[in-house]
Amino acid sequence: MTKSKKKIPTAVLTVLLIVLPVAAAIVCLGIGRYSLSVGETINVLFSGITDNEVDPTGYTVIFNVRLPRIILAALVGAGLSCAGAAFQGLFSNPLATPDTLGVASGASFGAVLILLIGGGMIMVQFSALAFGLLSCFITYTMSRKNGKSSIVMIVLAGMVISAVFEALVSLLKYVADPEEELPVITYWLMGSMSRSTYDNLLMGAPFILIGTIVIFALRWRLNILSLNDDEASSLGMNIQVMRLIFIGASSMITASCVSMCGQVGWVGLLVPHIARMIGGNNNCSVIPISAGLGAFLMIIMDTFARSATAAEIPISILTAIIGAPVFIILLRKTGGSWT
Amino acid sequence: MIFEVKNGFFGYKTKEILKDINFTLGDGEVMSILGSNGVGKTTLLKCMMGLLKWNKGESFIDGKNINEYKSREFWQKIAYVPQAKGAAFGYSAIDMVMLGRSAHLGTFSQPKAEDREAAEQAMEDMGITHLRNKLCTEMSGGELQMVLIARALTISPSMLVLDEPESNLDFKNQLIILETIRNLSNKRGISAIVNTHYPEHALKISDKALILNRDGSNIFGNAEEIINEDNMKKSFSVQVFIDTFRYMEMDYKSVVPLYLV
Repeated sequence: MTKSKKKIPTAVLTVLLIVLPVAAAIVCLGIGRYSLSVGETINVLFSGITDNEVDPTGYTVIFNVRLPRIILAALVGAGLSCAGAAFQGLFSNPLATPDTLGVASGASFGAVLILLIGGGMIMVQFSALAFGLLSCFITYTMSRKNGKSSIVMIVLAGMVISAVFEALVSLLKYVADPEEELPVITYWLMGSMSRSTYDNLLMGAPFILIGTIVIFALRWRLNILSLNDDEASSLGMNIQVMRLIFIGASSMITASCVSMCGQVGWVGLLVPHIARMIGGNNNCSVIPISAGLGAFLMIIMDTFARSATAAEIPISILTAIIGAPVFIILLRKTGGSWT
Repeated sequence: MIFEVKNGFFGYKTKEILKDINFTLGDGEVMSILGSNGVGKTTLLKCMMGLLKWNKGESFIDGKNINEYKSREFWQKIAYVPQAKGAAFGYSAIDMVMLGRSAHLGTFSQPKAEDREAAEQAMEDMGITHLRNKLCTEMSGGELQMVLIARALTISPSMLVLDEPESNLDFKNQLIILETIRNLSNKRGISAIVNTHYPEHALKISDKALILNRDGSNIFGNAEEIINEDNMKKSFSVQVFIDTFRYMEMDYKSVVPLYLV
């Protein structure tokens, strides 16, 4: 693209990015076996304020079942998209994903370990989070030499850690009882939002929120980090500290997402690229668009996952089956020229 | 601003690259660092700006060791223009130029209207307003170099450090870059340190010169005096002929490489 493309005005974009996910959430709250119209949904949602009489079943379904799940979907979508965009900028590599540093593998290992031992869901989540962050810490420590770490070392260390934890997950699956434990582990790894409760959210959501807010606040600095080291330093930035902050924030998000809903692939790769097609490469726009779009797409995909068929479709299968072809279509249409 | 390097030594374990570098550069002066490929010109730039640590020796700004400056403060005085290489993501020229405001902005702040104005102004000064929305990945080497210089200008630096700014460019773009450097020094008093392997370019724009030789020794002095046939032979192992001529009432110097020695 030699000429600048027509950009959507910032104000319109901002409104769109807030309205889209909220609208999708309200519509999707009504979808499911017990279905409600949009009007009914809104009525139920605000019944606490308006004191309107509402159907108690509808109230329970919306507030206890669907709302935590939709909040989770929105958080995971926004979080993973931001984490993916952050890693792509950080490593100046359009192919980076939130689990480039092995965080997702580490978190999976943590979860599978507890599933095998037989702990409660909260314990699984806690262990996943802990191992996810641990793997990130090991990766970063391994890559450090003379107090500095280069991007190549970080990525290589991440691949190594990822491979080790994947092998460990396989080992745990191998020793698991094939009748009872193995299916649980396998289904868990495929990912699902169905485990969401307010208790789970309370433990996981703050990490996603904090990570996303940090990335959002520093989004302009991400542009500088994507330059080479000397160039970035010469713009007066402490790249070692800044890099660590971004890695920390993205890893918190990823570990927390995996701990709540298993591995959800593709979103972190795909959404930032769509965001770049919409608003250009400046991370000032890439990050907010990724967050809004990620939340929007994840809410829709999860609603599809839980209501399209009688049995629930694992979310990672959906994201790949829908995500991959959509990505290819977009890629072919634009010729990848947004980068 | 006075920039000074005293007794700079740098090398890796097995090989010493830079030996006893000494120079002083005053306000608005242009210095060229001359030397053949691989002699350590870029290394010297990095060492003197603290991107690499001197093994021995120090750099000073106005008599104060550069390590005593806060990083942000230091990079508001000195702007580094690296060799123009493409980035992974295609930022538009205006976004790229705006990144120069980094050292002036708080960690969590986004560029504001005044930063945008500074960027627009720098692009206008460089005469590249027409590139405003062009992506850096789609630019020619010359265009990208101009964008990077514009980015350095948004810093409002006292000194520019340019790493082979005119290599890989055609005649016209080379002249544009060289004249820009000279103009910035004449009109705004911005001093400059320029890496180059063209003695002719060094003669054209610089007040001072630092010649790096293959044996690690170096010569520092006024450009006119030290860029001579003997020193070029020593540094590049090439016999040159330096010709002075007049064209349209102006004196010019040309450096003709004759043969290898």
